[in-house]
Amino acid sequence: MADAVASLRTSRGPWATALRKLSRDRAAMACLAVFILIVIICLLAPAYATFANTDPFRSSLDATVDINGQQVPVMEQSTEGLGLGYTPIGPTWEFGSYFLGADTQGRDVMARLLYGGRNSLLIAGASTIITILFATAIGLTAGFFGGVTDTILSRILDILWAFPVYLLAISLSIVLIAHGIDLGIITLEAGSLWLPIFIIGIVYIPYIARPIRGQVLALRQSEFVLAAIGLGVPEHRILVRDILPNVSTTLIVFVPLMLAINMLTESALSFLSIGVQPPDASWGTIIQDGQGLLYTRPWVALAPGIAIALTVLVLNVLGDGLRDALDPRSKIRLGGD
Amino acid sequence: MLEVRDLRISFRTEHGRVQAIDGVSFDVGESEILGVVGESGSGKTISLLAVMGLINDPNARIEGSIKLRGRELVGLEPREMRKLRGREIAMIFQDPMTAMTPVYTIGWQIAEQIMAHEKIGKAAALARAVDLLAEVNIPNPREAIHRFPHQLSGGMRQRAVIAMALSCNPALLIADEPTTALDVTVQAQILDLIRKLRRDHKSAVVFITHDMGVIAEMADRVMVMYSGRIVERGTKAEILLEPRHPYTRALLDSIPPLEGEKPKRLRSIPGSPPSLFDLPKGCSFAPRCPSRFERCAERPALEGGKHAAACFLKVAS
Amino acid sequence: MLLALLRRFGQMIFVMFGISVLVFLIFFVTPGADPAARIAGRNASPETLEAVRKSFGFDQPVWVQYLTMMKKLFVTQDLTSFVNRGWKVVPAVLDTIPVTLSLVIGAAILWVVFGMLVGLIAAATRGSWIDKLLMALGLVGCAMPVYWLGEMMNLVSQSRYHDTWLFSWVPPLGYKNLSDDPRGWFLTLVIPWFTLAILYIGLYGRVLRANLIEAMQEDYIRTARAKGLSETRILLRHALRTSLISFVTLFGLDFGALVGGAALLTEVVFGLQGVGKLTYDALQNLDLPVIMTTVIYASFFVVLANALVDVVYILIDPRVRSA
Repeated sequence: MADAVASLRTSRGPWATALRKLSRDRAAMACLAVFILIVIICLLAPAYATFANTDPFRSSLDATVDINGQQVPVMEQSTEGLGLGYTPIGPTWEFGSYFLGADTQGRDVMARLLYGGRNSLLIAGASTIITILFATAIGLTAGFFGGVTDTILSRILDILWAFPVYLLAISLSIVLIAHGIDLGIITLEAGSLWLPIFIIGIVYIPYIARPIRGQVLALRQSEFVLAAIGLGVPEHRILVRDILPNVSTTLIVFVPLMLAINMLTESALSFLSIGVQPPDASWGTIIQDGQGLLYTRPWVALAPGIAIALTVLVLNVLGDGLRDALDPRSKIRLGGD
Repeated sequence: MLEVRDLRISFRTEHGRVQAIDGVSFDVGESEILGVVGESGSGKTISLLAVMGLINDPNARIEGSIKLRGRELVGLEPREMRKLRGREIAMIFQDPMTAMTPVYTIGWQIAEQIMAHEKIGKAAALARAVDLLAEVNIPNPREAIHRFPHQLSGGMRQRAVIAMALSCNPALLIADEPTTALDVTVQAQILDLIRKLRRDHKSAVVFITHDMGVIAEMADRVMVMYSGRIVERGTKAEILLEPRHPYTRALLDSIPPLEGEKPKRLRSIPGSPPSLFDLPKGCSFAPRCPSRFERCAERPALEGGKHAAACFLKVAS
Repeated sequence: MLLALLRRFGQMIFVMFGISVLVFLIFFVTPGADPAARIAGRNASPETLEAVRKSFGFDQPVWVQYLTMMKKLFVTQDLTSFVNRGWKVVPAVLDTIPVTLSLVIGAAILWVVFGMLVGLIAAATRGSWIDKLLMALGLVGCAMPVYWLGEMMNLVSQSRYHDTWLFSWVPPLGYKNLSDDPRGWFLTLVIPWFTLAILYIGLYGRVLRANLIEAMQEDYIRTARAKGLSETRILLRHALRTSLISFVTLFGLDFGALVGGAALLTEVVFGLQGVGKLTYDALQNLDLPVIMTTVIYASFFVVLANALVDVVYILIDPRVRSA
């Protein structure tokens, strides 16, 4: 009731209203700040590597580290069992010198974490753009033109929808990651970062295209579009002037949630060693590296997992805030397996 | 039977406190029909939701006194209030399409209310539901109790809602625009039904509407509300035949006359109701009033005994 | 009704057919994907490649290969692995189903019970610190990668705190048959169950809370209040009952996907030889017959779950029933 009373007063443009509402949402703004901070820190990865004087992409088994004035080898002789193996050094908690310890190849985990974060964010962002572009194109075409086009596109989406995302992503990755793909216009090398970007971008298209199609279908029947058609406004004009602006609110709400889902998917593929390929890192590959060290040096796997969880968390809160600000009705599934 | 004294309801909003109801007092006698008229936003629904104890917005503040048969309802324990609701006071809402839970049968929903207030078995409660549905003229009530809300037409659904409201023989029935969402022919039937029920159950009725025509047909006494205040009250004859407040007159002018020559254009009230955020200091109708003068900058009190109006113009035109 | 069922059945067949074609295309027609090269190894000579191609029938037209595989899969059921020649695929997949079902059903019970509790408590205490705490925990639950959570569970229960009273009962990783060793079956699965369920508890709790709060704004809730019902009854019998409709949809889709192999990360981390793990192993060495079988099996469950959701819809929503 108080809302109704309040709405009597505020009647600005929908975007300005949404922005104002979002800027008042303290949780969302705090999460936005944290997300920006994460991005900046990850972008500073080369600076950290220089500062720590380490190359996070080359194994350095004979490196040493200065602890309390003592030179300690990064790979320690294992004390367990027969003492034959080597165990990488654990976290020194000293910024710039193996802060989180080393992995099995003696590389600084902190440096890899930052470089890995750069890749994880890049893949999540780029694949989100791909998903949104393709899904919007498909959803608009199917929803606006209807008929045979719609039937064919919808059936294809049905099939993709029933295909568990992870199985589809894994199938594509397994085939492509080792050999790359040559589509004539674009050639993607084996092990290229663009492979996971494309794969993740493609598998989530139905999840966005379906709701967009539904929305366009509803808009197509709305009075203002019918009136525009009746007045003889050309179709492309209606699409751009009337439909796209309405759909774009939904798309904006999807962006942070897609980023979160894509980041989780990328990390899962990388964890299964079919995402980002060595020597490149992502948060998923570092968790994979840490799997063998889980019981001796848990921080190798712990740190990237916390990084993923934190990033996904702030993105989800941001997504909730955006949804509340823009469109309290729309909903999207988030999370995967 | 119902005595409301100086009721004030305000809401805390992000733009400050808003006074939605400002000093409203009225009485409802035994088996009397009180008509409450006003435009949307005039506070007619909110003040009666307060009587029901149904304002649960944490930002709301309710002051004043509401007495039902001498019992104070403002500040009553929620548990006690709940026992009154549905048994002593019942309410019918505007839209019968959405007023019932879609996933339960009509009979189940009526029996639920009876069982909430009386120690009675399910079968007996359902039997009562059948009788009630018969009483509100639903054909084939024995079958109708097994229907889901969406399987009934709007008029039938409103009848079912009324049957549910009457299930515990309430002393007071609040009807919030019960016919607005219905077809004209169905409207007349529902109005007949409410009158008949008043006769049979001896319930008092508060009838909220924005339609002076409905008032003419239903009410014993009338109360006209404008932006959270009562601007005029009196018997039906007084209000319809000798309206004192310019707002009441304007409302009457905006309904087409039943006899005589039809006017070329119906008179409408210029402007729109003021926002609750910046109510005029004096009479809140003044900005739209055709006969305003200097004194209207002050706030007029509701004066004049039984037929009272909050207006400085004392002479009825 | 019969017509609707037949239509539904037709759709199921169509989607499964589409998926089988899609998988086949991914592995055979994708530029750069040559199954013969995979089988023969990276540095195989052209002669070896040719031999492999002949021996596995890759020299035939694609549609013939597809039909042969489908015939072997459904009619004769003697499809064999590309990698371990002679290893029958259909029984191998059937063997893994109990493992996946054990994992997913147990987790589903947990997440439905706790998801509902979280949603109900949060909605009932809306705005209070309990609500905020539950929603924050739910967010954290949704944000953790499931395989990472599984590893952390292993770290805690198998290594760090294994010798304390809290986790000394946890058996080593692996699966025990329910019929042979019910106790072992239960104990090995407890940690995987919770790991898999935590994400969904967070998700379902949040979704249910949002649905309940939306339902509590409805007109019929106001009617229920006007009837003098208690808040608990209004929440459980009126708001929850109508919110369950979307809850069931979510559940059907998630359950179907998980049984269909989406639980593979959990299976990999906990060494459970389920359908997902089998698929993953087959993917590693491009064992196409196994992949075909598991993916078709997966799509069958997803499509079946969708169909079941429709049936349940009819049961719980009278508006759909009479439409």
